[in-house]
Amino acid sequence: MIRYKAIGVLRLLALSVLAVAPARASELSELRAELDAVKSAYQAQLGALEVRVAQLEVQLAAAKSAPASSAPASSVAAEVQAPAAAMAPSPSGGGGGQNAFNPAVSVILGGRYAQLSEDPADYRIGGFMPAGDELGPGPRGFTLGESELTLAANVDPYFFANLTTAITGDNSISVEEAYVKTIALPSGLSLKAGRFFSGLGYVNEIHSHAWDFVDQPLVYQAMFGGQLAQDGAQLKWVAPTDLFVELGAETGNGKQFPRTRLAGNGLNGGALLAHVGNDIGDSTSWRAGVSWLSARAEGRSFSDVTAGGAPIEDGFSGDSRTWVLDGILKWSPHGNATVHSLKLQAEYLQRSEDGQLAATISQLTLAAPFRSRQSGWYLQGVYQFLPRWRVGARYDALDSGTPYIGLLHSGALPAGSFPGLAPATPSRVSLMFDWNPSEFTRLRAQYAWDDARPDNRDRQLLLQYLYSIGAHGAHKF
Amino acid sequence: MNSLLKLSAALLLAALALPAQATIRVLATTPEWAELTRDLGGEKVDVYAATSAFQDVHRVDAKPSLVSRARNADLVVAAGAELEIGWLPVLLRESGNARIQPGNPGYFEADANLRLLEVPTAVDRSMGDVHPLGNPHAHLDPRNVATVAAALTARLSALDAANAAYYQGRGSEFQSRWQSAIVRWEQQAAPLKGLPVVVIHRDQVYLCHWLGLQEVAAIEPKPGVPPSSSYLAELVTRLTAAPPKMILRNAYNDPKAADWLSERIHVPVVILPYSVGGTPAAHDLFALFDDTVARLLGAAK
Repeated sequence: MIRYKAIGVLRLLALSVLAVAPARASELSELRAELDAVKSAYQAQLGALEVRVAQLEVQLAAAKSAPASSAPASSVAAEVQAPAAAMAPSPSGGGGGQNAFNPAVSVILGGRYAQLSEDPADYRIGGFMPAGDELGPGPRGFTLGESELTLAANVDPYFFANLTTAITGDNSISVEEAYVKTIALPSGLSLKAGRFFSGLGYVNEIHSHAWDFVDQPLVYQAMFGGQLAQDGAQLKWVAPTDLFVELGAETGNGKQFPRTRLAGNGLNGGALLAHVGNDIGDSTSWRAGVSWLSARAEGRSFSDVTAGGAPIEDGFSGDSRTWVLDGILKWSPHGNATVHSLKLQAEYLQRSEDGQLAATISQLTLAAPFRSRQSGWYLQGVYQFLPRWRVGARYDALDSGTPYIGLLHSGALPAGSFPGLAPATPSRVSLMFDWNPSEFTRLRAQYAWDDARPDNRDRQLLLQYLYSIGAHGAHKF
Repeated sequence: MNSLLKLSAALLLAALALPAQATIRVLATTPEWAELTRDLGGEKVDVYAATSAFQDVHRVDAKPSLVSRARNADLVVAAGAELEIGWLPVLLRESGNARIQPGNPGYFEADANLRLLEVPTAVDRSMGDVHPLGNPHAHLDPRNVATVAAALTARLSALDAANAAYYQGRGSEFQSRWQSAIVRWEQQAAPLKGLPVVVIHRDQVYLCHWLGLQEVAAIEPKPGVPPSSSYLAELVTRLTAAPPKMILRNAYNDPKAADWLSERIHVPVVILPYSVGGTPAAHDLFALFDDTVARLLGAAK
């Protein structure tokens, strides 16, 4: 067979030489590929033959030297098979036919029980414009959490595709991520497009079932309403060095806080990301990064109630820029996290906004310049003290700063017109304890002292379960 | 922002302009296949092992240092059979390296060349951490190493055709040394045949199969599932009645369960290197089996 193939290749070669002028690069590369295939098939068979020859030699020698104890030598030959088609990828599981191409399906089921000392309906983070309606610890009592359904597979030799949907307890379905990612670009480049969690910071890209606490850090809730998703594209580049260096750039339509969709056809701003990471010895690895998000907001509205009790509609229009510093360090003895492991993680976010703040009170709209600089950080540690048990602690702190509100400065509106923007320093302390009977089950208890509201402390007891079925998920660092 | 963009553009250009490396850069997922690649590739390969013999390869992080190694690799040598399913797919996707994606010449799975043991007819997670494609810990049968070596020699020759003769030469030399070593090990280990042993996880299956050791019990009731106290109590009763010769523990296993059982049933624990580097003596592939056989024989006396 090899000879026939080789003859075929030679004939093709001869033809291509005869037709030199119209020979195109694509034909040449096809030829080359076929030649390579023939070569490697030949070499695989040669290798197999060599193994057999070696085995026979050994058997012969063994038979000569010790004819009585031929048993061990014969078992050598019995078990060794010729290597299967050496270039073939590993067979994948699953049925045959069309179903063999079904994407990997995985489902996460989650739910929780919350006992809160304060009414979650009046949850707000003092001094920060509300970043969406998913802030805070969620409803009281038992709640069915998000059931996450993920489908993922390679599309073709060029793209990988992933769809993650969240089915919420109130019977709505949302698309968390739906993206394609290139797997065949050269030079460490990859391009992702569709809807995806932004690569800025550390915890932003991590799906809720893989968080180390029930909820997101306070600063992510205040700055992005939890997690920043992009409907757009991301280009990433991994440097050709042993030190991990990754640079990325993203852009999107700006559909989510702190951005808004703009009226025109264009995109709204973008993000730049840089991450560096490495190992320290064989027990510790780390990653650190800096990211920058820049976008515009047009009429980003929120409601408030003035000190006098009048409802007021506010809208911010202007530039919003956010810096993120992130760091993560993981330790386990010799890199074996079966028994003990430690994970330390911290991020610092700072946002500057510059533009106009409009306020509408009893159908009268006023607008004047607005500037703010707000920041926040968290530090958390999770320690696995026994094979299936972990404890964790997290401290969150925010600083709303004192915004410049033109409408108050000029005296157009009286002090107390923007109680939601009154300077505040929200904070929270959370303790976590979880038990993981297997890789696919997590049962967790969390207690938090939440001082996000300027007035009252919320004492939160959260119990959570997470079950994972289907394809084995692979998690990022 | 402009200067940042300029910097990244400059870095990008610098990377594209880097000259091709003379050696094949290999990222091997486990120390045994890393060592085999070194044996076969000699000075023509630059091999990085993603894990050590002290790590449980089921549970490894797709850490940044591995992403950068995957980025620069010409060849990934994996055990396969879904052993690395929790982390290798992430590395491959994050690497931005088209060469090492499954289906390409730069992606090699050792187990794809072997007939695996314990291929389940049906899988369900209630059975524990079962591997649908069969037990992936195939390297502890040296006959499997020979088969993988032949396939890997072919792959190296295909990837680096200019040095094909070099790889073939080293491959033949390795095969003949390895085959005589197998005969030696089998002769040395002949007294072990039929000895009853207790294992922790089902990752000594190939070793037991090869040497004819009789696996009478596993400390994990199901793969990846730690034993309950009632299961351990039952194990003690059963094994006291019919004591095994030894309890096998890998270097990377937590010693607690094996030691606990050893004290109860008065049977020694044998610590096996499991892979290259697992014990001080197991410094290469030959020494791995020398040491494994020696330790088993030592305990069998």
